[in-house]
Amino acid sequence: MTMFDRFDVVVAGGGHAGCEAALSAARMGCSVALVTLNIDKIVLMPCNPAVGGVGKGQLTREIDALGGEQGRNTDRAFVQIKMLNTSKGPAVRALRAQTDKRLYEDWMKITLVHTPGLYVIQGEVCGLDVSRETIVGVRLADGRFFGTRAVVLATGTFLEGKVVVGEHTYAAGRVGELPAVGLSASLREMGLELGRFQSATPPRIDGRTIDATKMSEQPGDPDPLGFSHWQKPQTRRQIPCYLTYTTPHTHEVVADHLHLSPIRTGSVSGKGPRYCPSIDRKLINFPEKRRHPVFVEPEGATTCEMYLQGLTTSLPIFVQEMIIRAVPGLENARLIRPGYAVEYDFLLPHQLTHSLEAKAVHGLFAAGQINGTSGYEEAAALGLMAGINAALYVNNQEPFVLRRDQAYIGVLIDDLVTKEIDEPYRMFTSRAEYRLLLRHDNAAERLSPLGHTLGLIDDEQIAEIEQRGRLLAEGEALLATSTVKVGDVTNDILKSLGSSPITESQSAARMLRRPELSLQDIVRMLPEIPRVILENLPPDIADQLAVRVQYDGYIQRQLGDIRRRRATEETHIPEDFDYAGVEGITVEARQKLCRFRPATLGQASRIAGVSPADISLLLIHVHRRRGGNSVRQGREPAVR
Amino acid sequence: MVDYYTHDTIVALATPPGMGAIGVVRLSGSTALEIADKVFRAGRGTPLSRADSHRLTHGHIVAAESGQIVDEVLLAVMYGPHTYTREDMVEIDCHGGLAAQRDIVRTLIAAGARPAEPGEFTRRAFLNGRIDLTQAEAVAAIVRAQTSVALRAAVRQLEGGLAQRLRGLRGRLLGVLAQLEAQIDFSDEDPGDLNRPALAEELGKIGAELDALLATSFLGRMLDKGVRVAIVGRPNVGKSSLLNALVMRDRAIVSEVPGTTRDTVEESIEIAGLPVCLVDTAGLRVTGDRVEREGVERAHGALDSADAVLVVLDLSEEAAEEYGTTEALETKGKDQADIVGPPHRLGDLGFDPERTILVGNKEDLVSSGEKVRGTDVRFAEVLRLEGIHGEESPRCVVSAKNGSGIEALKETIREMIMGPVGDAWQEPLLATERQRVLVEEAGTFVAVAKEGLVLGMFEEMVAEDVRSAASSLGRITGQDLVEDLLDEVFSRFCIGK
Repeated sequence: MTMFDRFDVVVAGGGHAGCEAALSAARMGCSVALVTLNIDKIVLMPCNPAVGGVGKGQLTREIDALGGEQGRNTDRAFVQIKMLNTSKGPAVRALRAQTDKRLYEDWMKITLVHTPGLYVIQGEVCGLDVSRETIVGVRLADGRFFGTRAVVLATGTFLEGKVVVGEHTYAAGRVGELPAVGLSASLREMGLELGRFQSATPPRIDGRTIDATKMSEQPGDPDPLGFSHWQKPQTRRQIPCYLTYTTPHTHEVVADHLHLSPIRTGSVSGKGPRYCPSIDRKLINFPEKRRHPVFVEPEGATTCEMYLQGLTTSLPIFVQEMIIRAVPGLENARLIRPGYAVEYDFLLPHQLTHSLEAKAVHGLFAAGQINGTSGYEEAAALGLMAGINAALYVNNQEPFVLRRDQAYIGVLIDDLVTKEIDEPYRMFTSRAEYRLLLRHDNAAERLSPLGHTLGLIDDEQIAEIEQRGRLLAEGEALLATSTVKVGDVTNDILKSLGSSPITESQSAARMLRRPELSLQDIVRMLPEIPRVILENLPPDIADQLAVRVQYDGYIQRQLGDIRRRRATEETHIPEDFDYAGVEGITVEARQKLCRFRPATLGQASRIAGVSPADISLLLIHVHRRRGGNSVRQGREPAVR
Repeated sequence: MVDYYTHDTIVALATPPGMGAIGVVRLSGSTALEIADKVFRAGRGTPLSRADSHRLTHGHIVAAESGQIVDEVLLAVMYGPHTYTREDMVEIDCHGGLAAQRDIVRTLIAAGARPAEPGEFTRRAFLNGRIDLTQAEAVAAIVRAQTSVALRAAVRQLEGGLAQRLRGLRGRLLGVLAQLEAQIDFSDEDPGDLNRPALAEELGKIGAELDALLATSFLGRMLDKGVRVAIVGRPNVGKSSLLNALVMRDRAIVSEVPGTTRDTVEESIEIAGLPVCLVDTAGLRVTGDRVEREGVERAHGALDSADAVLVVLDLSEEAAEEYGTTEALETKGKDQADIVGPPHRLGDLGFDPERTILVGNKEDLVSSGEKVRGTDVRFAEVLRLEGIHGEESPRCVVSAKNGSGIEALKETIREMIMGPVGDAWQEPLLATERQRVLVEEAGTFVAVAKEGLVLGMFEEMVAEDVRSAASSLGRITGQDLVEDLLDEVFSRFCIGK
């Protein structure tokens, strides 16, 4: 006899994507089963012990702004946190935290098991039950069956996973863990197309065996900010990282053993990420570079393990030890866990809609590395969105889709479903054409109102965001109308700041566009009334105000760009649109369009191989099909 | 990304450029009136907002900035929805000259209009329900045809290296951008320091090349000065009469432009809507060794700057007798002062076969005996005597005197300049004006970016300007920015954790 139970949503996988998916669906009122292979490995960090970074940190802020968990969880578990790009402009600054891996897992598990309607279940989803192209249930390897309306696949690297270390290759999802073997076949049976990617992680060493005197210490920020908008930044004793560099001697050791590298032996065949090359790959691609950085990062406060960022490799273990010991400061280091590579199946993401639902199977959602991404932040963002959309689907509501000009999350999903991806996808700020609008400082203003509508942000939180908005608007008006008077006092201040004197009075906003002047500098030159008001703004609001004014010209340019493209972005292409009936488009465009089946003309225009002329023709046919002739007017983008 | 906007105001020539006595420039969009009002001074001084719909008003187009009169025109305001596009439209009837039409279009662009994409007026007419579904098929055909023209314009007509140079410049912009982006996205991964002075210098060079491109490219010159066609040949082979014969047909729109040098005569004609400037090098006569060298140099100069070269050869009986043998030719070259540039043989000037058209003149005076052997044989013999390897160049046999073969010669010139585009060539100005605007736009962004680097602006601001510049060029060459950029970053920097 088999157990039978019913859930609104079943999430397969308890990693960064699965946890966010389960939490958001449950918080939106669904009964949710989170099925994971091992409930003691929930939200494991199998690679670097860190959250955030440039591009990724913005994703984490956005997850938080929409009511997701990653930011909060990181704030509870970090051992070090710092702002990156502080010497760059505020628009591209981002937080990065080193986390205590154990603590990170524990906190997330606590959150999960205390969430009403969310049930954590240990087991392996090995099959999906589909009726009339619609999900009706999942089967577990141990014989259990759960009836459900929606499934979120968040299986990470476990689909037909294969681990490679040196000449050893074996089936595993991660080192020491069994892979998921049945699911790939089940997906193929539904007609879904799978690809194969590869990823790798560096060795871990015993922190007691490093010589920190030969490396430079990398401390956290003295007054650290947190990821989450909803709780105060936490101060605690931070643990430093260390920076050292490989030497020509290190490179010799690698070169002597290159013939054993999986790159050369061919034991790794899936495509790996260019932005995360192994040390062997770095030497092959950049032979002229005399040194590469190695960051030695703590894996937590309760363990002595340290992560060797920059020394990713799946060379044989004895070679890994030789390489490590050829790095200054690591001469006596003891290896704890060897580095390895993992190969896994992923779902080609163009088969998903922008709500992360499979086009071919109603109620089947996918999130995380199974969509071809890499990184905890990308995974969590996709998990959150898949969970939200699964809940909306269960309640027969319209999908929740973010635009490219609204969020990095919008860029992430749009890229995944409209582009051919040929390496694990990682977020970079350069992928976002509107990155000056998508800053980490305004994530809450951009997204929390939407999170509120979904029921993931409460009334109190949204009231706080609205209050911020009012203060910002007032501050902006004040800067535009206050005048810095020409005179000796002003010019003396300017001189002391290395800024050229002014010959006529001008608005504070205009002065603030000088790159060498900060808001605080300008405030000093203002009359009393605006000065006092501006001085009393909370520091984070003052910072955001300065960014808005300093970037105004660029922000306006980007807003104009968005307005112009809005009509194309909002012209919908019917799901069953017949591309064969569009005369005159190129063969390549037709093939690509049939493959990707974009939902809007904007999406179609981003598919490689589809030209402006093709879009023109498509537009005409779409309107002809619809029998209407109006193009919807664009709305104003809301946040700057 | 596609720039396909439906709510801004577009402008284009509605009549084939340069043809006919009147040209019509058309504006369509919500701000059509506003834009026209900025540059139109009515004869009676009434503002356009008070003009009746569909009535002609006399006045002048005046450049908004300089206040200079561009042209005298008749202007009609037409309020939507009773217009072709159902949007507010303004039609400006102006003089037929290409220069005037082009200046009006540019003035309107400066006042806020955007050059229309091929077929865009019709597309708007359809979208706004002005034309029905059957007509939509016709629009599709037009868009297709015009796109292919635009494409060929980029690939073939601008083959003088423009597309290639644009790609090259865009590549260099990506190189600059990759360095900025690496600083932003990989700041914690040891990308090295940003060399601002070096980047600023590179941007300066790119900017200068963009300027030069606008000034010297085929595109720029075609719009400013027209296509240059040089006519070379020995004296008395009929160069002047050929020039006149080519001009004669277009007497109505011919104007004589004095050459920059006393010895060069330039005449303008139009071929298939393009202004063509004929440069007669007839004046390159020599009297002594020193001057002779100068003459050769000048001939070379004329040849180098020409988009096409007509090498005129004398096929007449008289010339045949004079040529005699090759030896006689060489003697003639040394003894007689009255001779074109090269002392010995025309072939020594070194013609570029892809830009050369060989013209056999005085077809009417070919001896009857030669005609029996065939004019072609005579043509080949003259080429041999002149040392011209003419296999790869088109040949035309004409009589400048009685006009035979002149139309065929024009067709050959047209084909050499624009490629075999046939009837599909409808709006050359449109296609190229859009490109010109984009190149100009790129140049502006490059200048701002350079200034930003020098002033110490943040990397992401400078990057934004460089991005905009690269996007502008990419819109001409049709390349995707982000993917190319990431390739560039990964190939330059060893990024990786």
